[in-house]
Amino acid sequence: MSARGAVADLESRGGRLALWFLAPTAAVLLLVVAYPFLYNVGMSFTNWNMFHFRDPAFNGLANYAKLLREPEFLSVLLRTFLWTGVNLVFHVTLGVGAALLLNRRLPGRPLYRALLILPWAMPQYISALTWRGMFNLEYGSVNLLLGKLGLGAVGWLGGEWTAFAAATITNIWLGFPFIMVVALGGLQSIPEELYEAARIDGAGAWRRFTAITLPMLRPVLTPAIVLGTIWTFNNLNVIWLVTKQGEPGDKSHILVTYVYKAAFTYYRYGYAAAFSVFIFLTLFGIVKIYQRTADREAF
Amino acid sequence: MRARPAARLWSHVWVHALVWLFVLFSVYPILQVVNVSLRPGDQLYTTDLRLIPRDATLDAYRAILFDKPFPTWLRNSLLVSASTALIGVSLASLAGYAFSRSRFRGRGAALQGILVTQMFPATMLLLPLYMIMRKVQLVDTLLGVVIAYVATALPFCVWTMKGYYDTIPVDLEEAALIDGASRFQAFRRVTLPLSAPALVITGLFSFMTGWSEFIVARVMLPSAELHTLPLGLESLASTYQTEWANYAAGSVLVCIPVVVLFLLLSRYLISGLTLGGVKG
Repeated sequence: MSARGAVADLESRGGRLALWFLAPTAAVLLLVVAYPFLYNVGMSFTNWNMFHFRDPAFNGLANYAKLLREPEFLSVLLRTFLWTGVNLVFHVTLGVGAALLLNRRLPGRPLYRALLILPWAMPQYISALTWRGMFNLEYGSVNLLLGKLGLGAVGWLGGEWTAFAAATITNIWLGFPFIMVVALGGLQSIPEELYEAARIDGAGAWRRFTAITLPMLRPVLTPAIVLGTIWTFNNLNVIWLVTKQGEPGDKSHILVTYVYKAAFTYYRYGYAAAFSVFIFLTLFGIVKIYQRTADREAF
Repeated sequence: MRARPAARLWSHVWVHALVWLFVLFSVYPILQVVNVSLRPGDQLYTTDLRLIPRDATLDAYRAILFDKPFPTWLRNSLLVSASTALIGVSLASLAGYAFSRSRFRGRGAALQGILVTQMFPATMLLLPLYMIMRKVQLVDTLLGVVIAYVATALPFCVWTMKGYYDTIPVDLEEAALIDGASRFQAFRRVTLPLSAPALVITGLFSFMTGWSEFIVARVMLPSAELHTLPLGLESLASTYQTEWANYAAGSVLVCIPVVVLFLLLSRYLISGLTLGGVKG
């Protein structure tokens, strides 16, 4: 590690500099995220809602107790896990799959690469509303295409699980390019000699993939998966817009859309704040566990 | 060791077939928006699957550009997104550098803390944020939303910058220091120029944040003359039935600049997106 000496040097000479470099970011994050966050935590212990808008009072853990007794609570929670899990599995398999394809010497590769990144470039609200149109029962192109293939039309947005599936497909579409780009970067940094050596040793394609490609991709994929998990878990836009605010009958909600509705449609602020704290703690726990296992597997 | 020609040909065909499946999946919904934007009024609901509709017309584009305050929305969005990108890149390039090069106390916790800011449902931060902004009189100003967007984009940007700096050998800066450069000069003249790909990504990401956000904008920007593109488009979508073609045309216009940016920068995207670990 030739860097060791320089790092020590930076610490002695650059300690003050580091503070100055961090200060603006810290200021913005404290003002826009940390303060509102603490405010929410405080709010979660009050009965702030439509009826007590001007005079919210401390009510202890009442919101948390109410949340746990909510009949839909468990189903919304499980749906959120399912949503996050299914999306991530597809993001990673499609993203890594596309990256492997694009990493070959392919005529027209830059064009393909650009086309596959497009879903990421489109603003999410536009993608979501476009897919919502495509899932329309009579005029949506998804059903029209299914019809062309000789399959029956699906009432996508009419059923709770099909609406959920529609939102999931939309989110898979808009999320895989991110993993693809990360994986492409990772693949390009794997030295070709490793594969040569493996070939000489008689390793087949699958063996080369599991023994070289995957372990070499892990360090770049792990942070991307952590970020992807957080973004997907808390993705309001897609469910909200594709299922039109949780239709049918509020049965396609995940935690964040449920909270959004509680807060801004029903004005149950205190309750929504408690729910948000719960979401935060759950997500925090998941990420911690994931990082632990990813770290352990790395050795 | 070479595979037999027939086997090679087959794998070639397979790879191309798969690539085309991916392309179809990625591009079809986008073509769909273009298609709707070109439909004449009597064909909004159609079971026709052709890519360019019959009697295609640019009426919707004309309506959007000339009958709606599109130029105002565009100007506001450009202003907001460009400022967000500029401030986001500046702050992230500094903070990421500190995280990469300095081992100060609480560094690991701070890095995790930045990640943790993403975990709280963002929409719930809106109400307290609104109250702060009102206190400092930034409600209904573009600066107010720019600050909110910078905070949204910063965590990802800081991580990206930090990850990229980690891949640049410290020796280069050391050499500069020996040649008499100050710490800041070493950063400014040596490391920063080498980090162009990561700077491009953080810039693009921050720009996109401003370009496509509408929930914060709706709360913070009540005045119509400050509306950004997403707010404008949303106003078309809420009268969904009547303005579907206009909405699609607006979407196409909104997408064109970012798509062009992504296409121009796709090379940098791949080399610059090095999310670093907490430990590294």
